[in-house]
Amino acid sequence: MMPFDLVIVGAGPAGLRAAVEAAAGGLSVMLVDEGREPGGQIYRGSESGAFAGTAKLGPDYAAGAVLAAAFRASGVQALFGATVIQIEREADGSFCVSVATGHDKAVVIRAKVVIAATGAQERPFPIDGWTLPGVMTAGAAQTMLKADGVVPDGPVVLAGTGPLLYLLAAQYAALGVAIDTLLDTAAPGNWRRALRHVPGFLASRYAFKGLGLLCKALAATRIIRGVEAVAAIGDTRLSAVAYRKGATERTIPAHVLLLHHGVVPQINLTWSAGAQHRWNAARLAFEPVRDASGQTDVPGLFIAGDSGGIGGAQAAEAEGALAAFGVLRMLRGTAGDDDRTERQWRRRLAVSLRGRAFLDALYAPRQSHLSPPDDVIVCRCEEVTAGDIRKAVRRGAMGPNQVKAFTRAGMGPCQSRMCGLTTVAIIAAETGQSPSDIGHMRLRAPVKPVTVAQIASLSDTGERSAVD
Amino acid sequence: MFRRLVEPAGHVTVTIDGRPFSVAAGETLSTAMLLAGFAGLRRSARLGRERGPFCGMGVCFDCLVTIDGAANRQACLVRVRDGMAVQTGTRLAALADTVPE
Repeated sequence: MMPFDLVIVGAGPAGLRAAVEAAAGGLSVMLVDEGREPGGQIYRGSESGAFAGTAKLGPDYAAGAVLAAAFRASGVQALFGATVIQIEREADGSFCVSVATGHDKAVVIRAKVVIAATGAQERPFPIDGWTLPGVMTAGAAQTMLKADGVVPDGPVVLAGTGPLLYLLAAQYAALGVAIDTLLDTAAPGNWRRALRHVPGFLASRYAFKGLGLLCKALAATRIIRGVEAVAAIGDTRLSAVAYRKGATERTIPAHVLLLHHGVVPQINLTWSAGAQHRWNAARLAFEPVRDASGQTDVPGLFIAGDSGGIGGAQAAEAEGALAAFGVLRMLRGTAGDDDRTERQWRRRLAVSLRGRAFLDALYAPRQSHLSPPDDVIVCRCEEVTAGDIRKAVRRGAMGPNQVKAFTRAGMGPCQSRMCGLTTVAIIAAETGQSPSDIGHMRLRAPVKPVTVAQIASLSDTGERSAVD
Repeated sequence: MFRRLVEPAGHVTVTIDGRPFSVAAGETLSTAMLLAGFAGLRRSARLGRERGPFCGMGVCFDCLVTIDGAANRQACLVRVRDGMAVQTGTRLAALADTVPE
């Protein structure tokens, strides 16, 4: 059985655009995504969600439906509701992509080339009480809005920093959903640091969009800036949110607390596949090292979109196209009909990335929130506190892998997605080392928990026919 | 805690801990459970504390439930189906009861 030319992981803007362009170039393509339909998180529900076919969530969201339709028209095969658990490069240079397709089933899909477009996740915002039911991320609430048309009821508080917090507030405001309070925790000095990036921001599409969002959110919401500490209070579920600003400490009743701390690349899959990753000090995140087409130092493994570095939906789509052209050049010796198209996508990428440095600086989290106080749980799975991690570092744990062995932080089912960056930040604060020297906990396959039945079912597949 | 802003096209019935609930067809299971009043879906592995949906996108593994007999499924990645049987409190909870402090 022949392998696919290309397997794409992720059906967000990067994965969808890559699929459309690769199929147009004549490649056989298989796309795999955990969701139930095209869109990823940013365009979630574009086909069948609560606001599909409406403009109620704004023109940016409506672009998702157009892209999803182009993907459906491309004829590319897709496996939805399926989780890629491992990407392995074989001795002959081809890839085996292991995919969990059900709780007792998994298949191996063979490919000449892989594009990982696994997108972003929210940066953890560990605060006192953040494990209580009723505390969720802003991204989770936005997902419920897009997919299911469901919004918070009763007193709701938004807390943290990042454009998504204001976007969500503005979307709620436009839909008539009342938010009681938005606690902005960005450091006051951010404005000063962001100033030198103002020209880039003014030239970007964010300038107009951002101000519009802010106006909508400001008009409808009580916004408290310069918040230094936030805590979720409750017994078995959230009942109130406490915050501190200077000498002022207040407690406000809340049924729902939505936290946000910006977004970072999802790196578990690409790291476990052997690609090199580097610390980005401006974005406070690890990012894979890529060439102009998105190819990593693992030949044939490309990365497109936010999983390669946060750039937003439009940049992701452009990177998806550029990765597809790179793949076409690798397999066919030419990037499609003419390189004018490729130049156009490259220009679109540059335009989309304008203003990003300004946003990164303006919404940077506080150091005290990246490395929280001792009694705050950092690893949600294993319930390991910041104090536990500090104690391990003082007892000689040299890096995140040793901290993991000492404390169990990172050993739970989320595989350090919720505690990895915080652990690095705590070690950095304790030892004075740079995150670049500290590194991240080693990320290994399978990148999501698997059942014995899934592993057992892998042995008798292994060919393309398994998914036909 | 949450409310529906958009009326669903149709309904299906799922049972949660043996009780039947009418939920929106095609809805995300974790959303349906929140609307049905289930704030906590399981207990944490070590301290046995209530946990509910947190990240909404398959990253945090806090919304693990048992679906039609299959344990530790992420409710945020599953859509409801008519006749689906869901149990809160996964085997992790049972494990927590046996682990000495």
